[in-house]
Amino acid sequence: MQVLFFYLVALVTVISGVIVVAAKSPVNSALALVNTFFCLAVFYVMLSAPFMAAIQIMVYAGAIMVLILFVIMLLNMGVEPFKKFTHVTWGVVAGSLVLMLTLFFISRGQPTKVVGAITRDVILKEGHTELIGKSLFVNFLLPFEITSILLLVAIIGAVILAKKEV
Amino acid sequence: MELLSLSNAPLLFIAAMMIKILVVFGVTMGIVAYATWVERKVIGHMQTRLGPTLTGPMGLLQPIADGIKLFFKEDIIPTEASKIPFVLAPMMILIPSLITMAVIPFGSDMQFTAGGKTYIIPLQITDLNIGILYILAMAGLGVYGITLAGWSSNSKYSLIGGIRASAQMISYELAAGLSIIAVFMLSETLSMREIVAQQSGSILDWYVWKQPLAFLLFMITGTAEINRTPFDMPEAESELVSGFCTEYSSMKYALFFMAEYANMVVIAGIIATLFLGGWSGPTPWGPVNLLGKIFGFMFFLMWIRATFPRVRYDQLMKLGWKVLLPLALANIVVTGLVVVLAQ
Repeated sequence: MQVLFFYLVALVTVISGVIVVAAKSPVNSALALVNTFFCLAVFYVMLSAPFMAAIQIMVYAGAIMVLILFVIMLLNMGVEPFKKFTHVTWGVVAGSLVLMLTLFFISRGQPTKVVGAITRDVILKEGHTELIGKSLFVNFLLPFEITSILLLVAIIGAVILAKKEV
Repeated sequence: MELLSLSNAPLLFIAAMMIKILVVFGVTMGIVAYATWVERKVIGHMQTRLGPTLTGPMGLLQPIADGIKLFFKEDIIPTEASKIPFVLAPMMILIPSLITMAVIPFGSDMQFTAGGKTYIIPLQITDLNIGILYILAMAGLGVYGITLAGWSSNSKYSLIGGIRASAQMISYELAAGLSIIAVFMLSETLSMREIVAQQSGSILDWYVWKQPLAFLLFMITGTAEINRTPFDMPEAESELVSGFCTEYSSMKYALFFMAEYANMVVIAGIIATLFLGGWSGPTPWGPVNLLGKIFGFMFFLMWIRATFPRVRYDQLMKLGWKVLLPLALANIVVTGLVVVLAQ
C-alpha cells in the first residue's frame, strides 16, 4: 500500500516537473513547481520527517514561490515565442550529466542506505523535530548563527537597495 | 485499551475517520452558510436596520436562497482571462482553509468496543505532532488563490486587489507565526491536542492569561490574514469595485465568500484552541465549548466590521512591519527569559 502510494506521488511529481519545463506560460510553470514542492513534502512525511514537510511547504511553497509568482505577474511576461536551439542543447547536456550521476549511484548499490547514527528507529524514538532542534542549537550553533548574520546582511542590503529608488 | 489506528483495526479506523471528516466538514459548511445570515442580521441590527426578513421566518432561508440564485447564474470566464489559473483560484482559496480544520481537536477521547477489544478514538481528525506548523503552512498557501484570482482575471482592479492581498498576507504571516512561537515556548509541544490538555485544568490555565500580548497580536494578525474589516484592503469596494473577485460570477464567486467565512471559522478555532482552552472547559461538553468559543469570536469579527472603517494601505503595512513584528519579537525574548529564569 505504501509502495503503491509512493509510485502514485512519484508519478505526479515527475509529471509536474515536466510541466514546469514544458509549460508555455511562466505562471503555469510556477504553479506546476508548487505542485512539485507539495509532492516533495509528501515524500518527507513518508520518510517520517513531518517537520521537514511543514518547513518545505511554509518556506518554498508558501513564501519563495509566492514571491516568484509576484515577480512573474509584475513583469507581465507573455507566452514564450520559441525556444532557442542552444537552450535545448544545454538542457540535454545538463540532463544527461544528472542521469549519469544517478546511474552511478544506483550501480554502486544501496542508493537508499542510511549512513550515520540517525536511523529510522532513532527518529521514531526521539522524535524528528527534537533531533533537528538539538543538533541545530547544540552541535551546529556557530554555523547556525553565522547563517543568521548572513541573512541579516542580505535583509539590510535589500533595504538599502530599495531605498535608493525612492 | 489501545489507540485506534490503521494497523490494529483498519476497517473500523477508516469508518471512524470518514465519520469524523464528514461531521467536521458538515458542521463547518453549516456554520459558513449561516454565518452569512448571522452577519447580515448582526450588522443590520447594529445599524438600526432589520437585515433579511422575507425568506422564511426571520429570513432564516436566506443562505439557501442565495445559494440557489448563485448556482443558477451564468458562469462567465472573461475572454482575456488565463483559463486554468482563473478556474483553479477559487478552489485554491477554499481548500487550504478547510483542511486546516483537520488538526483542531473538538472533544475528549471516546471509547469504542468492537470484537472484545476497547479502542480509544480521539475526537480530532488527526493529531499531527507538528500541528501548529501545519496550520502556518496551510495559511501560507491561501495566498495563492487570491494572487492568482487577481492576476488571471486580466483586469486592473483585480490585479491591484490581488497584489495588495499577497503583500498583506506575506507581511502579517510573519507576525502571526512569531506570536504563536511564544505560546509553544511555554507548551513545549507543537501538537494541538497536547496544548489543549495543558490548558484543561481551569480557566486560569488558559494561555490567554500567560500570553496576553501574543493573544492580542494573533487576533490582529489573524484578522488581517483572513482579509476581514478593518484590513479588507484586497476587496476595498470603494476604490477597487470588489478587488480580486471583480471578474468572477456564479458559483466561483460564491466560493470566494465560502472561503472568507470558512477562514473565519478556522481562525476562531485556532484562537480558541491555542489561547482559550479549546474544547476543555467551562462546560463538560467538548464540542459545545469549542463551538461556543468559535461563535463568540466570529461575533466579535462581525462587531468589528460594523464598527470600524477600513485602514489606509500604507498604515496597514506600517502597522504590520513596524509595530506588530517588533512586538512579537520582544514577546518571544521576554517569554524566553522568563522560561529560562523559572527553570
